[in-house]
Amino acid sequence: MEKVLMKGNEALAEAAMRAGCKCFFGYPITPQTEISAYLAKNMAKRGGVFLQAESEVAAINMVLGAAAAGVRAMTSSSSPGISLKSEGVSYIAASDLPCVIVNVQRGGPGLGGIQPSQSDYFQATKALGHGDFQMIVYAPASVQETIDMTYLAFDMADKYRMPVMILSDGLLGQMMEPVVFPNVDVQIPDKPWACSGHQNKRPHNIINSLYLQPDVLERSVNERFERYELIKQSCTMAETDFCEDAEIVVAAFGASARVAKSAVNAVRAKGIKAGLFRPQTLFPFPVEQLNKACGKAKVVLSVEMNKGQMVEDLRLALNCRLPVEFFGRHGGIIPSVKEVLAQIEQIHERIE
Amino acid sequence: MISIDFERCKGCALCTSVCPKKIIEIRKTKHNSKGYYTAGCTDNEKCISCAMCAMICPDCAIKVEK
Amino acid sequence: MSVVFDKPHALCDVATHYCPGCTHGIIHRLVAEVIDELDIEGKTVGVCPVGCSVMAYDYFNCDMIEAPHGRAPAVATGVKRAKPEAVVFTYQGDGDLAAIGTCETVHAAARGENITIIFVNNTIYGMTGGQMAPTTIPGQITQTTPYGREPAVQGFPLKVCEMLAEVDGVALAQRVSVDSVPHIRDAKNAIRKAFDNQIHKRGFSIVEVLSTCPTNWGLSPEQSMERVRTEMIPYFPLGVFKDVAVWTESK
Repeated sequence: MEKVLMKGNEALAEAAMRAGCKCFFGYPITPQTEISAYLAKNMAKRGGVFLQAESEVAAINMVLGAAAAGVRAMTSSSSPGISLKSEGVSYIAASDLPCVIVNVQRGGPGLGGIQPSQSDYFQATKALGHGDFQMIVYAPASVQETIDMTYLAFDMADKYRMPVMILSDGLLGQMMEPVVFPNVDVQIPDKPWACSGHQNKRPHNIINSLYLQPDVLERSVNERFERYELIKQSCTMAETDFCEDAEIVVAAFGASARVAKSAVNAVRAKGIKAGLFRPQTLFPFPVEQLNKACGKAKVVLSVEMNKGQMVEDLRLALNCRLPVEFFGRHGGIIPSVKEVLAQIEQIHERIE
Repeated sequence: MISIDFERCKGCALCTSVCPKKIIEIRKTKHNSKGYYTAGCTDNEKCISCAMCAMICPDCAIKVEK
Repeated sequence: MSVVFDKPHALCDVATHYCPGCTHGIIHRLVAEVIDELDIEGKTVGVCPVGCSVMAYDYFNCDMIEAPHGRAPAVATGVKRAKPEAVVFTYQGDGDLAAIGTCETVHAAARGENITIIFVNNTIYGMTGGQMAPTTIPGQITQTTPYGREPAVQGFPLKVCEMLAEVDGVALAQRVSVDSVPHIRDAKNAIRKAFDNQIHKRGFSIVEVLSTCPTNWGLSPEQSMERVRTEMIPYFPLGVFKDVAVWTESK
């Protein structure tokens, strides 16, 4: 297995093709553009489809069509573009279709900025579209993890027949790191429910999200939530560092976790008992892993590139038994190690 | 000759408007389970099997034989 | 006795939910007859709109997908690109295709997608109870134009076939009607041509079918057919607006 130096966005695009993604539909937006550019160059050569859609709305609906036809399909965008996709995502979830949606986040709200941000946490984990539904949300923190999670995202989407989001950001998408593409034998399950023509061999398939009978609609939503329960039991992922004896647990995901990790390492050198908790799945939120990581904790500090959107999930996961404090920068500013370190030291002084 | 599916017919009467032999009418004696008075043929002997009634029927309720 | 006329196989053997006299049923049947005659049911995928014909997935025997409002051409693009061997058609109303889905329609046309679009124009929103459509004729009374559509206020109707005839990717843009038996025959020929174009990879084909809405027009089914002739056809003339082969080799 060869080590190569790759940009996050391009690595994601390469991983998607290797994971069996047959169709990609997208619309240009910064800072996700390299995904489209890479796939435009390579997809057709490798038997896939790259198509630049007329809008984000069209792109997600093309994904709906390709997923309904039974192939692995993906779209990528950045924050404002993801908002436009929300209608389609709701229909995809309601139609039990598998697909992968990439959000290389930038600052918001509105047109916001083009620098890295994590301000779409709520959107990704709580409500990317109307109605009762969820997506699995992966939050990579390195280029290698972006690759690994891309494979996982396609597998989980197919396994649970639901949309899966890779919540990246402008930092992870734009930076370069040495990576290795895993040598895996991609297994794409049969999709007897797909709409690609019945070939006169079976009754017609219908892919639909309309249920005019309230009891039928309720049943379909309940069935989906039973699947979410299975996912909560088996799919949560989190990384912990130095949490065994940590009195201060720094919680961070994605790019901000890289900063948090450096800060934790730095304060450890000074003898402060701090640890890092990094959720890799934001839905389902790794509740058990967090509680285990907080065995000795007195305070949890959430470090994010937003106004503290993960704080609520941390409090809920801990059942409010510990104070959860917050430090973050937003608008496209990445918190510095020095800033986070200062926060940890302040907390340390207070609790000693 | 034509046969009209009593349950499928919604009594829109479009068939009556195109029949060249004027042998289809809406019968207001008995309604189907949906509550529609349906079309019926008054004299199948006169039917020329032109199928115009079937072609304009929005409900595929008319079968035409010869 | 031989059967002269019966339900086509591609149409499910179920009663539709359409109001009495609504011509959706005729158009459904014509599409199904064409699918039967071209023997393509096994490889056809239909895409339904949002509107009265949303439940068309229960009426066609081929595989069916229900799209978000207006997005059927994008969904159809996804299916066709993923499975080029499939025959893909959308069935859309005027609100779906010419208001909320204008962008998806025009761009699928501009790409010359090898898909077939059946566009049902009845100048009104049926399912939501009779509001102004993008094709509502000046002066026409609807729930949201209670004093008649006034172009100075609500703008002009969109003539979709005329507009799409100017788009390079369009192979066929034809307007037909189902108000009479001869027109129904013409409509079927146009629909067959639109499917045939797709099979021969000639490009994007759209057949606009002038249709009725007796319930929301407040007219009897027969009066509705008369309105198609006296009000709609003069504003939306029937005819072939474009008929070319966009692609001459496989796309």
